[in-house]
Amino acid sequence: MTATVFFALLRRDVRVARRELPFFLMRTIMQPLMFIIVFGYLLPKMGFVRGTYTTALLPGILALSLALSAIQSVTLPMVQDFGWSKEIEDRLLAPIPTPLVAVEKVIVGILQGMVAALVVLPIARLIMGPIPGFTLTHFGEVLAVTIFGAATFSALGLLIGSTISPTQIGLMFSIIIAPMIFFGCTYYPWRGLDAVPWVKYAVLINPLVYVSEGMRAGLTPEVPHLSLPIVLAALIVLLAVCWTFALRSFMKRAVG
Amino acid sequence: MSLSIETTALRKVYPGDTIALHGLDLHVGAGDFFGLLGPNGAGKTTTIGILTTRVRPTAGTAVVAGADVRTDPVGVRLRIGVVPQRPNPDRSLNVLENLLFHAAYFGIAHSVASARANALLEQLAIAEKAHAKVDALSGGQQQRLMIARALIHEPRVLFLDEPTVGLDPQARLALWEILRALHADGRTIVMTTHYMEEAEQLCDRIAIVDQGRLLAVDTPAALVARAPGGTLIELTLDGDAAPLLAAALALPGVSSGDSQANVLRAYSASGGQAIPALIAVAEGAARKVTNIRLASPNLETLFISLTGRKLD
Repeated sequence: MTATVFFALLRRDVRVARRELPFFLMRTIMQPLMFIIVFGYLLPKMGFVRGTYTTALLPGILALSLALSAIQSVTLPMVQDFGWSKEIEDRLLAPIPTPLVAVEKVIVGILQGMVAALVVLPIARLIMGPIPGFTLTHFGEVLAVTIFGAATFSALGLLIGSTISPTQIGLMFSIIIAPMIFFGCTYYPWRGLDAVPWVKYAVLINPLVYVSEGMRAGLTPEVPHLSLPIVLAALIVLLAVCWTFALRSFMKRAVG
Repeated sequence: MSLSIETTALRKVYPGDTIALHGLDLHVGAGDFFGLLGPNGAGKTTTIGILTTRVRPTAGTAVVAGADVRTDPVGVRLRIGVVPQRPNPDRSLNVLENLLFHAAYFGIAHSVASARANALLEQLAIAEKAHAKVDALSGGQQQRLMIARALIHEPRVLFLDEPTVGLDPQARLALWEILRALHADGRTIVMTTHYMEEAEQLCDRIAIVDQGRLLAVDTPAALVARAPGGTLIELTLDGDAAPLLAAALALPGVSSGDSQANVLRAYSASGGQAIPALIAVAEGAARKVTNIRLASPNLETLFISLTGRKLD
């Protein structure tokens, strides 16, 4: 019975996501797309960065798309549901242990994160042109980084979504999302921060760093990067931390 | 009588030490149409919240359709349907999908769900809206959709939290008819309301609650019989009413009464005939009467006699 209910919840979210796909893509892909155009196309054309910069940039952009879509696809509906629409109540009244409703939300976030990364990859390749050193031979590793990365951001999305009020959504973008993007090693490899050691270690709290570096390890291994075991271990720890707090916060909102 | 709901010493304290329920004992028989009547803040919504597993009790027990809300919340959810205070349909889905997905959450096969959904939409007169967006529905139609959703998994107990708040009179009467029909089918219904008339019209047993306590529970007729005899005459004065009480009670035809701040209440066996005398008493004490209200014995006069306050 529990599995049947769980899959019905999942089917509902997939149905809604499929229906809203164009909006979902616009919401999550616009920002990475702009970065691809400016940093991956215009700046190399202008000669401000070397053509090989795209090798370091592409994995970061994929990580960014994945993170933004995973986090937003959980946070935005959650803020709305708990804040005023209360639409989630029919799912909280479904005959299934309440924590599984939260698990289902995280899984939907993972799926949406993966879709975003999959869509951005060919677009990036198309705009940036041939990317030196790009390889798909480590597909398994990339998949692992994608899943654990999306799960971490999805859980973070659940935490944020069940914590903040609808009026604080704008604040979330300026004080959580923006710093995360700029200090997420998306536009530069982590080893590049050797030049500024305190930043290099401070950014390690940011889960996006591990997704970006993990993508580099898998897709453009010639760029200096954190090793894959470290990346996966860090993502698993961050996922556990985010999930623990997210579940606590979700349960507090779900059962008064 | 087999019991559908039984709570024992049910207590809820919210963070900040707000006590919403002070040890509530409720017994609702199978097939009852049970009303929880009380003003806003009485603890009605908290009670429904606990019985529907959405609020965790601080102490006490609650068993719904044989399942304990604390130890078997999933079992409770399987057996109940809930109509919330404010319609909360799934706005990403259309009307029919709302019902079909809800049925799927209860593990009901699609063909069965589809047949039931169409029958319910027909019965609740929103069949022509089956493929409409939820936002295209009026308030009354959304409320009916909520009832259809609460019924599609054929629950043993139906909970309705202030179901007619915000509805126009016509929609309210239509909803009453629907609820009467559901009750006639033998379903157990628990409804909260702060409309005395609604409780009196629909329920076969009513619990009067205030400030988290159960004040009285009985059939509407028995409750009305417990209301102080005679017509309630309520005088609002421009100052403290307490000094006038003794003189008011001494008037012929006034059987009982009380005072609270600037309100003087007298129960009279002779209808409104005592009014001139009451006004004279007020003026004799140099008080002006700013308002007069009359009410014959009913649930509200009982509520006033129990709490000293009006229902809303």
